[in-house]
Amino acid sequence: MNEKKLKEAFMRAFDLSPDRDFEALGYRKIEAWTSVGHMRLISEIEEIFDVMLDTEEILDLSSFSKAKEILAHHEIDFQH
Amino acid sequence: MKSTSSIDLSGRVAFITGSTRGIGWAVARILAENGAAIILNGRSSPERLHSRIGEICSRFDVPVEGILADVSDPRAISRAYRSIHSQFGRLDILVNNAGVLEDAVLGMIGEAGLRRLFETNTAGVIHSLQAASRLMKRNGGGSIVNISSIVGVEGNRGQVAYSATKAAILGISKSAAKELAGDNIRVNAVAPGFIDTDMVRNLSDTIRKENIARIGMGRIGSPEDVARAVLFLVSDLSTYVTGQILGVDGGMVI
Repeated sequence: MNEKKLKEAFMRAFDLSPDRDFEALGYRKIEAWTSVGHMRLISEIEEIFDVMLDTEEILDLSSFSKAKEILAHHEIDFQH
Repeated sequence: MKSTSSIDLSGRVAFITGSTRGIGWAVARILAENGAAIILNGRSSPERLHSRIGEICSRFDVPVEGILADVSDPRAISRAYRSIHSQFGRLDILVNNAGVLEDAVLGMIGEAGLRRLFETNTAGVIHSLQAASRLMKRNGGGSIVNISSIVGVEGNRGQVAYSATKAAILGISKSAAKELAGDNIRVNAVAPGFIDTDMVRNLSDTIRKENIARIGMGRIGSPEDVARAVLFLVSDLSTYVTGQILGVDGGMVI
């Protein structure tokens, strides 16, 4: 459920299709993931999960798996 | 005299840093008077913060909270915004007022003092802007006012370091205004002149008189003079104003 929501955040931020390999996404590895795109992604993630990330977390959020790791610290469960 | 009766900030949430004294306290009062929910902030005195919360509660029928946090500490700022998010779920108005004043002639500026000035007056503003703008975006926009100083615009003898931090606020405000305009977030700065606050109360009579002599209107400004300018900038009277520096100095020349 939360993994699906996270994928939606990435899709909205970077205009991606659902069949994209999300685990392969990385900061500056795709054209849309610029610094501006990054802040768009952060907005989507914060809104979808209703959280506020720290600046350090924002800077650290450089991949799909890293996003899951950071959100887990905000009690967002990706195990089930 | 009440010249702000057409302003209605009800339903809006305002966070004012450094708001237990001086200009910040005057801003908090005038925003509460015009209906905004108020989040006060102080750095080190929970007693004063609680006392100010009580004063707002007793005089105005608006929600009010207080956050004890040092704006020079990024983690404290982060916790503050998490608290705003969990308690109010939104932020519409941010007034970055918290600041420290340390005068020193050029040759006497120490590293510790320089760091303290920049961490509070400049980095603190940026940290607050980062979190506030993200909260504001979620609700379709907002208004941010950064409190600079006339010395940030004009410079002043004995204030190289302090004026640098206040000049930085002008650049921050203009750049953030450009970056955030598309999100309907307005960013402006106010540059007060010689204002009657604790910061200037310790000055000698001679220096006070010298300063007042340089003010065209012939009087020291009040925190309320500045607060009214802030009220204009956070209200719907200024919906098309962003990236501007508003001097509130009574025609002071330095």
